[in-house]
Amino acid sequence: MKIKLQVNGRQYVLKVKANSLLVTVLREDLGLTGTRVGCDTSQCGACTVHMNGRAIKACSLLAVQADETNILTIEGIGTETSLHPMQEAFRDCHGLQCGFCTPGMIMQAIDLVEHSERLDSAEIRRGIEGNLCRCTGYHNIIRAIAQAAGPKMIESVDAAAREEALQETASLREDSR
Amino acid sequence: MYSFEFHRPKNIKAALRLFRKADDPIYVGGGMTLIPSMKQRLAAPTDLIDLSAVGELRGVAWGEKTLTLGAMNRHNEVVEDAQIQDRLPVLGELAASIGDNQVRNRGTLGGAIANADPAGDYPAAVVALGTRVITHQRSIAASEFFLDLFETALTPGEVIKAVEFAIPERASYAKFRHPASGYAVVGALVADYGDEVRVGITGAGPCAFRAKYIEQLLSQQLEPSAIEAVTVPDAGFISDIHASAAYRAHLVKIMVQRAVSRLLEAP
Ligand SMILES: Cc1cc2nc3c(=O)[nH]c(=O)nc-3n(C[C@H](O)[C@H](O)[C@H](O)COP(=O)(O)OP(=O)(O)OC[C@H]3O[C@@H](n4cnc5c(N)ncnc54)[C@H](O)[C@@H]3O)c2cc1C
Ligand code: FES
Ligand code: FES
Repeated sequence: MKIKLQVNGRQYVLKVKANSLLVTVLREDLGLTGTRVGCDTSQCGACTVHMNGRAIKACSLLAVQADETNILTIEGIGTETSLHPMQEAFRDCHGLQCGFCTPGMIMQAIDLVEHSERLDSAEIRRGIEGNLCRCTGYHNIIRAIAQAAGPKMIESVDAAAREEALQETASLREDSR
Repeated sequence: MYSFEFHRPKNIKAALRLFRKADDPIYVGGGMTLIPSMKQRLAAPTDLIDLSAVGELRGVAWGEKTLTLGAMNRHNEVVEDAQIQDRLPVLGELAASIGDNQVRNRGTLGGAIANADPAGDYPAAVVALGTRVITHQRSIAASEFFLDLFETALTPGEVIKAVEFAIPERASYAKFRHPASGYAVVGALVADYGDEVRVGITGAGPCAFRAKYIEQLLSQQLEPSAIEAVTVPDAGFISDIHASAAYRAHLVKIMVQRAVSRLLEAP
């Protein structure tokens, strides 16, 4: 089947099979390998891209379902010399280790920040629920998203984490009494 | 995934025609349930009929005491609708508790109820707040829509157009969320209509239902303590790796009590 896709600002007319996934077309037909396939079962979010401005899992969408839409992938948000603020924040906060989950995390984080008026650390945690990091570096990911969210943050994530840790220790002490 | 023909009709009439002509067709809404199951080869339709371009399935229509929500409304569209936040906030809260953001950007009301997953969230809203499910050919009483595990009153090829909800005075949804998937191990939606209290339960049985005995007690006294002495029978409840039937029965009471306290706290 023939589909029309705008990907990272470029218009494409592509011939795809009805059962090709969007992520396969992006990676194999267009060579945009920044978008990853982690689980292939809609769980991990490594394949997250934007379709018409919203984060979706490209492993759970057929390319034909994306016909006539506007797709944005990790390759389209910044350049090597001018990173997207979310990319900068991930770099500054050491929000990645192996980097496998990072493109998906960043695409989801951008959707989260763009579509929230105010954020706190609990909402960021909830916001990245559909994204798994196998290196489990979640705290720095959350700090990175908070940095990029800037004035939208209504609390400091480090203060929130400190508070949580203090409460946990207090309740542990209580328990051991 | 097996191969199939893909269609994207622009209206219901064309969708029905495609459905009639095909060997083993299936509709797709958001695809968040269907595409993963096709990838696992649990579903192998010959024809996939995408409803996303059918304009008649969209829209949000307010009556004096009702909200009619088109089947193709995505979960996040419900979450972000300012009027729903204002006039039927419980529906937005329920939709916000579904899965994750990426799933909510795709999944639809129609797909969520057609699928009738026993752990789905929307079914609780349909039984507690719903009056009727409107299809292309008839209107089904909300209380008669869910029949059994993944089974509804829909006939083959029937398209859900919209769901009509009756706006309560106040309502609240409490859910014991499965930590990995987000689905409801048990979810309870409690709605106060002034003259009656309705309680929709999902996750516990093979499909969503109204807890009539609990409703009676809460109609007399809308307080968590009103059902303190109740022992919910677990007969017919689901038992699986996530929770036993007895534990689900226990959760029904706790979730109803949580929903009631939240409803009383609300301004
Ligand atoms: C990771 C993950 C987590 C999830 N977590 C939750 C959760 O916490 N709670 C929850 O409730 N759900 C959850 N879901 C399911 C999600 O809500 C789905 O979107 C929903 O169940 C199905 O909606 P859909 O539009 O994607 O349907 P589809 O997958 O497109 O379709 C499902 C079924 O409905 C039929 N159908 C679709 N639209 C219509 C229509 N208008 N008329 C007639 N038949 C129709 C299709 O033919 C198909 O049989 C989760 C899904 C995923 C992938
Ligand atoms: S690869 Fe798509 S969610 Fe994991
Ligand atoms: S940084 Fe390795 S998976 Fe997240």
